[in-house]
Amino acid sequence: MGKTVLGLAGAAIALSVGMGAGMVSAFAQEKLKVGFVYVGPVSDHGYSYQHDQGRLAVEKALGDKVTTTFVENVPEGADAERVIEQLAASGHKLIFTTSFGFMNPTLKVAKRHPDVKFEHATGYKRAENVATYSGRFYEGRTVVGAIAGKMTKSNIIGYIGSYPIPEVVGGINAFTIALREQNPKAEVRVVWVNSWYDPGKEAEAAKALIDQGADVIVQHTDSPAPIQTAQERGLWSVGQSSDMTRFGPKSHLTAIVEDWNGYYVDRVKAVLDGSWKPIDTWGGISTGMVELAPYNPAIPADVVKMADQIKADIVSGKRHSFQGPVKDQSGKVVIPEGKTATDEQILKMDWYVEGVQGKVPK
Amino acid sequence: MSDLALIGPILAAMFAAATPLLFAALGELVVEKSGVLNLGVEGMMLVGAVCGFAVTIQTGSAVTGFIVAAVAGAATASLFAVLTLFLLANQVATGLALTLFGVGLSALIGQGFVGIPLEGLPKLNIPGLTDLPVVGQALFGQDIMVYLAVAAVPLVHLFLYRTRAGLVLRAVGENHTAAHALGYKVLRIRFLAVLFGGAMAGLGGAFLSMDYTPMWAENMTSGRGWIALALVVFATWKPVRAMLGAWLFGGVTILQLHVQGLGIDVPSQLLSMLPYLATVLVLVLISRDVARIRLNAPACLGKLFHPDA
Repeated sequence: MGKTVLGLAGAAIALSVGMGAGMVSAFAQEKLKVGFVYVGPVSDHGYSYQHDQGRLAVEKALGDKVTTTFVENVPEGADAERVIEQLAASGHKLIFTTSFGFMNPTLKVAKRHPDVKFEHATGYKRAENVATYSGRFYEGRTVVGAIAGKMTKSNIIGYIGSYPIPEVVGGINAFTIALREQNPKAEVRVVWVNSWYDPGKEAEAAKALIDQGADVIVQHTDSPAPIQTAQERGLWSVGQSSDMTRFGPKSHLTAIVEDWNGYYVDRVKAVLDGSWKPIDTWGGISTGMVELAPYNPAIPADVVKMADQIKADIVSGKRHSFQGPVKDQSGKVVIPEGKTATDEQILKMDWYVEGVQGKVPK
Repeated sequence: MSDLALIGPILAAMFAAATPLLFAALGELVVEKSGVLNLGVEGMMLVGAVCGFAVTIQTGSAVTGFIVAAVAGAATASLFAVLTLFLLANQVATGLALTLFGVGLSALIGQGFVGIPLEGLPKLNIPGLTDLPVVGQALFGQDIMVYLAVAAVPLVHLFLYRTRAGLVLRAVGENHTAAHALGYKVLRIRFLAVLFGGAMAGLGGAFLSMDYTPMWAENMTSGRGWIALALVVFATWKPVRAMLGAWLFGGVTILQLHVQGLGIDVPSQLLSMLPYLATVLVLVLISRDVARIRLNAPACLGKLFHPDA
């Protein structure tokens, strides 16, 4: 409750600042105004931070042709609609809304402003003037899984999950498949913290997994607390969303980095030259949307070579994260030999592959 | 590692998880014993967390950090005290407002400190004792703040029940009119109690940002201030029970993570709920004994007092 109210206040403040900026730029000459709506604070050094890096990349690349505005801490729900509406009404011709919960508000506002172009991240509903985009983060997890398979000594990997949604479950599966390809004896233990961001709880989850014998901690939550915990215990960790090396330089193997820079620059350019279309983009390693943070120097050269090879194979299409045969926990083949998972299968994944302990919470 | 060998680590994690709750709950307990209900614990914890963190980054001294955190918590509490004690604002509304204020203020102060890592406090290592099986790490391998929180329990208890000042404080909480008639400065005593509560909440918050997860993140207390408030009622205003409650809460939190990691098939959402469920359950159980609650709850809790009225 308190959080919602504060988010509202934050949004109100950010909005008034944004409007102020809008008014100033109204005096400038005909620059394309681009708006960004973030669910968290830019300072989260994770999800919203990475989107804002994309905004800054746009400013850097096209600064003389565009002005950008962002609103942070926007709650998913009715308030989001007001924020998006405000951006559209104040002359923004391209608006990026960067969280799943902004999907319906974005579409509603888009209907009222047919001359404004919208881009919604991680949603599935499109319209004449609404495009969607997301990243194939599971591809990064394939690379990380292979590295973990080589680095683990205890053969127990601790995996901290946020919510049991397909994106996270699919990430666990992609990771586990690659892990066991390198190390058939390794297994994955999952702890759900039911939060995207709760440093205290993420640290507790990491400690619990380490106490149970895990020597590599992987996270699909946004705070660097698990990295710190792993460093304190002298074990390995894998970061999420952005490069988290500085929170545990000795522990941080690499991180899955969401890189929106190229996409944002391309899309703004498309609006500028009139080629913009309401397409759906699901980019992976090959489009640069999913990157890996610099590898820890302690990773042996042959493991780095293997990781780079896997990356190259994903880019060239020689390898897919879900390449048959893939068995579920009961040993049943879900993706047969010679086949790969369809996008729909990946987007709806609610089962664990062999090698993950426990069951997916329903 | 056999499952039995997990008992030691679970105990150790439990004591650490209970520490921020224990600090905040002990502080609030004294505040409520003086007859004031301050719902702003979460906000004061956050202000303490960010100030302690910022000062430690600047000065490199964790001791200074903790002192500043306590002072910052007390300063935030003094706002509440002035509003409710001297300007007679509603305590519940002011407390809620203080939480919102603290959340926002801490985010503002912390802007420049997000994403900076900090070394946590060193853990105690007593050769022989820390290496003891099962209990060694839990009892003799924690850092100083965990012990300070536990040490505060008998101190608060002795203060409340064995000193004259404690007696006066309780009297003010029970019947402020009578205490006033006897010549005690009701407002001054309550003011000091509120400051103490703020300082303890500040320490609890700083434990989180400087030690437990050594970093600053917006809203990082994640509701622990509210749990501390519940613990005071849970403990029926007794310091030792507040400690047991904090341990129980920390224990259930840690245990549910272990249950998941071991792959025991229980819905994780239910497990995440368990600590809160436990609090509600105990509240229901003790509420059945109305007489007991009446005996312990300060009679003037939440009531405004004006010396001239």
